[in-house]
Amino acid sequence: MNIWTALVAFVAALLTVAMFVMADWDLPPVQNTQTGYRGTAMAEIDDIERLQVEIEANQLPDVPWELDTTGPRASEVYENVPALGHLSSDQFDRLMAAITEWVSPEEGCSYCHNDDNLASDEVYTKVVARRMLEMTWEINADWGEHVAETGVTCYTCHRGHPVPENVWFREDAPGPTRGWAGYTAGQNTVSVGLTSLQTDPFSTLLGDDGEIRVESLTALPTGHEASIQETERTYSLMVHMSEALGVNCTFCHNTRAVQDWAQSTPQRTTAWHGIDMVRDLNAIYLDPLQPVFPEARLGPLGDVAKANCTTCHQGVQKPLNGASMLGDYPSLRSAP
Amino acid sequence: MAMLSFERKYRVRGGTLIGGDMFDFWVGPFYVGFFGVTTIFFAALGTVLIVYGASQGPTWNLWQISIAPPDLKYGLGPAPMLEGGLWQVITICAIGAFVSWALREVEICRKLGIGYHVPITFGAAILAYVTLVVIRPLLLGAWGHGFPYGIYSHLDWVSNVAYQHLHFMYNPAHMVAVTFFFTTTLALSLHGALVLSAVNPAKGEKVKSPEHEDTFFRDAIGYSIGTLGIHRLGLLLAINAGVWSAICIVISGPFWNRSWPEWWDWWLRLPIWF
Repeated sequence: MNIWTALVAFVAALLTVAMFVMADWDLPPVQNTQTGYRGTAMAEIDDIERLQVEIEANQLPDVPWELDTTGPRASEVYENVPALGHLSSDQFDRLMAAITEWVSPEEGCSYCHNDDNLASDEVYTKVVARRMLEMTWEINADWGEHVAETGVTCYTCHRGHPVPENVWFREDAPGPTRGWAGYTAGQNTVSVGLTSLQTDPFSTLLGDDGEIRVESLTALPTGHEASIQETERTYSLMVHMSEALGVNCTFCHNTRAVQDWAQSTPQRTTAWHGIDMVRDLNAIYLDPLQPVFPEARLGPLGDVAKANCTTCHQGVQKPLNGASMLGDYPSLRSAP
Repeated sequence: MAMLSFERKYRVRGGTLIGGDMFDFWVGPFYVGFFGVTTIFFAALGTVLIVYGASQGPTWNLWQISIAPPDLKYGLGPAPMLEGGLWQVITICAIGAFVSWALREVEICRKLGIGYHVPITFGAAILAYVTLVVIRPLLLGAWGHGFPYGIYSHLDWVSNVAYQHLHFMYNPAHMVAVTFFFTTTLALSLHGALVLSAVNPAKGEKVKSPEHEDTFFRDAIGYSIGTLGIHRLGLLLAINAGVWSAICIVISGPFWNRSWPEWWDWWLRLPIWF
């Protein structure tokens, strides 16, 4: 046998072994959830062991101590508490203790506070945290179409990390033609959900009000304006949403007509409000914080870290598997 | 009915698998056999049940008639007739008819004294169907994972199963299956064009021989696989197309239930990327 033939055969054999051994295969049985009429193949098929891992990864943190809303107000006890001065000082302390556990368990209070003068606003993270409290209030009070009564707390995104683990920055626009490969349109590299679709669908579709609806509504391509790049950008965003929620496309769509609301599941409405919400939060709360952040916290184009679906959902359909923390922290429900 | 020249060799007694001489006869040009009878039985019963299902459904539009499998909640148990039970019985009829037909082919092969290439190849197609409506539903734990029997509805099912894995074109076995399907049609079109050209000469010219056919492809692409070889190649390609499509669907769900793009993680984790 020719040496090259032998070499190719050897490499092919190695790769075959690798795809059996290294890919994260699952074995039956699976967990089935039907999401559409029988026979439409609208269903979730889930790895039972993986669901168990998700349940363990989404447990609620312990409550610091029993809530006591009586006693003097925080504004009477502390200085410079414009956002939370209306709480009892005990409730205020309890919330501070909880936020420390949620956001900076290792760094402690001094992640946001000057240890010598807790009232000072000189540490930028304190200014950010105050704005994030306002954002939490808006989400819980005004975005019921998406978060329902469950609502969110700092923990929904932070999960013990000062910067939430799942955030995005604007990417450089695709560069000029490089060699024969031509214009890459931000594609053809390992991208969202390991596809080779566009790496940054977020700047236009979640950072700005880019058009997500690209599907032709006629059988023939008459008057259809969306480019291939625009359709793949939408596909990339949809892959992101699926990965963020740990669901497949049929969770919201009957893919025979993905654009048709009448054939979609009710969850698509919730997701639609979610897109609206994320755009709103990025534009009103996150982007404007840019001057507050030190340069090291900004992205390559100098913008702040922004939210997408994974920021809260983190791989499960309902963040923290639908458990609400607002009962334990009523002060996060709405602005005073 | 007049007999074709080669039919005398074929019309011989024996070679049956079951039933001995009882069904070993012809109706007109058609061999019957035990499996001919079971084919007719299953095909007729299945068709009648489909028509009955259609009569209980919302439409007589041929494109839109659909016999849907049961809800997933019935698991691997029987479902009420009008809620997927019909689909279950029709599936039994379909498998009965397809397998009967394959076995009838086996009997004919035995009469002709030829190899079992034809029933084996048809078996690849049956395997693909059985994988879709029996093996994969069994592995997933519910008959409801089978595809509905309807012209449009089964296509909608295909679309949704693909989107259950976000982007089905990243399924490696699907890539192989599609390649075999396309290569089968390419080989068939090249072969068909060659044969039709050879046996339909211009006015006044003689029918061309296999030598001429070989010469054409040796001129065109430097190689001719030959008159026997092209049929072996076609057999290989066609069987692989069926078998790989069965593989590509049986791994989707039972053995891989996330997105197919994510499967390629193994490639990214290979220790060759430093």
